[in-house]
Amino acid sequence: MLITCPYCGPRDVSEYSYQGDGNRTRPDPASTDQEAWNAYVYDRLNPRGEHHEIWQHSGGCRAHLKVTRNTLTHVISSVGFARDAGHRKSDGHRKTGAEA
Amino acid sequence: MAEYSVFSLLRNAFSGNRDWKPAWRKPDPKPSYDVIVIGGGGHGLSTAYYLAKEHGITNVAVLEKGYLGSGNVGRNTTAVRSNYLLPENIHLYEHSMKMWENLSHDLNYNVMFSQRGVLNLAHTPAQLDDYARRGNAIIHSGADSVLMTPAEIEWLMPGIDASGSARFPIIGGLMQWRAGTARHDAVAWGYARGADRRGVDILENCEVTGFIKDGDRVVGVTTTRGEIRANKVAVAVAGSTGHVMNMAGIDKLPIESHVLQAFVSESLKPFLDTVVTFGMGHFYVGQSDKGGLIYGGDLDGYNSYAQRGNLPIVEEVNSEMLALFPSLARVRVLRSWGGVCDMSMDGSPIITTGPLPGMYLNCGWCYGGFKATPASGWCFAYTIAKDEPHPINAPFTLDRFHRGAIIDDKGQGSTPRLH
Repeated sequence: MLITCPYCGPRDVSEYSYQGDGNRTRPDPASTDQEAWNAYVYDRLNPRGEHHEIWQHSGGCRAHLKVTRNTLTHVISSVGFARDAGHRKSDGHRKTGAEA
Repeated sequence: MAEYSVFSLLRNAFSGNRDWKPAWRKPDPKPSYDVIVIGGGGHGLSTAYYLAKEHGITNVAVLEKGYLGSGNVGRNTTAVRSNYLLPENIHLYEHSMKMWENLSHDLNYNVMFSQRGVLNLAHTPAQLDDYARRGNAIIHSGADSVLMTPAEIEWLMPGIDASGSARFPIIGGLMQWRAGTARHDAVAWGYARGADRRGVDILENCEVTGFIKDGDRVVGVTTTRGEIRANKVAVAVAGSTGHVMNMAGIDKLPIESHVLQAFVSESLKPFLDTVVTFGMGHFYVGQSDKGGLIYGGDLDGYNSYAQRGNLPIVEEVNSEMLALFPSLARVRVLRSWGGVCDMSMDGSPIITTGPLPGMYLNCGWCYGGFKATPASGWCFAYTIAKDEPHPINAPFTLDRFHRGAIIDDKGQGSTPRLH
């Protein structure tokens, strides 16, 4: 399986680390809604077909990528930077480039 | 009823083996049943068998989308063991172990259950301490377990690299002697035959395409062989759980489907008479009666419904085998294949009523479902018949994740690919 990194081009899957399901949204860290946290930690869509997921190019540029891959055929239909798709560990504590 | 015995074997040998009857019928679907079991794998077939045998419910259909034994029951590495740490798991798997010990007699079908032992190797003092703790927990819960020294291990398996110069020297191991292997296909065939003899309809090439609901209640299924109604619909579809439950309107579950690969080498002379696992990676190997080494390792590591894997794991698994058995370097791999595993968020299964009225769910077996086949079906049949769980499967609910009552044997957390 090849994943085409936006920086590095097509690379073997062994260069990447799977970071899991990209459909989940982490609740606000200040949230005390137990059900929302339970759902975030435990519940998965697990589709047979197109799946949004996060991969890290850990053996390359180390960028986190949002990949759309078919779980039945392994065909990858799109790859982009996870940050462009709004995937941050904590949106509440995001720093802009200038602040960082 | 064609019982298998030495007499029937002789009689059929003298008549040229032309008079054997098929082990199960190929009936057409009836319009309705008391219970439908979706999934004609090991767990679905054993569920139907125990529904008929233990609870007298014989108006049952088992729906299989392909041919019988085409899923994980025919794809696993055949190990059977009950060496778990947590009491909930030990009780379930030890119940299963006791059923395995009498299964061939019970089914009148030789499942070739061989209690040849399963040995977990330790390579660091911390790991050996951890095994000692686990062994004590196992003994405390009524199963068997014993620590072995490197000398005993070297005596037991002469082919293993027990030298101090190995990349990961072996400093001991945890053995369960009552563990072993069983012929996986025979388990499916034996349960199918046993269920069929008690009146269960096994419907092959009958794929479920949707659920029929009356309000919230599930009252039947639509299939590629027509509509079938039932009072109770049980789901035991392993890796396809997400896909099938989605058709019932359940879009999220604490399950991810991942692919696990397995391998068979060319046939060798007797080389390894136990099952052994590597402690510095994820690798397990046993030798079949035919001589092939049956082995496997880690999941491919990403969500997959494809019954095939990728090459990096092939390389990793084979390199781990060579770390333990350098003498196998020139042995050729005969076959490799993949099976889809329903990885749960705590590594433990789910056997429960619901989540919808009229529905029953059995899933989340990760890649350890084969060893549980008898107990899984036995507990699931009880749950279906009585509409409440047996004490053995009462902890294995679907809502345990949201209640904080997870059963995480490995202490891994909610990253299913690592269980």
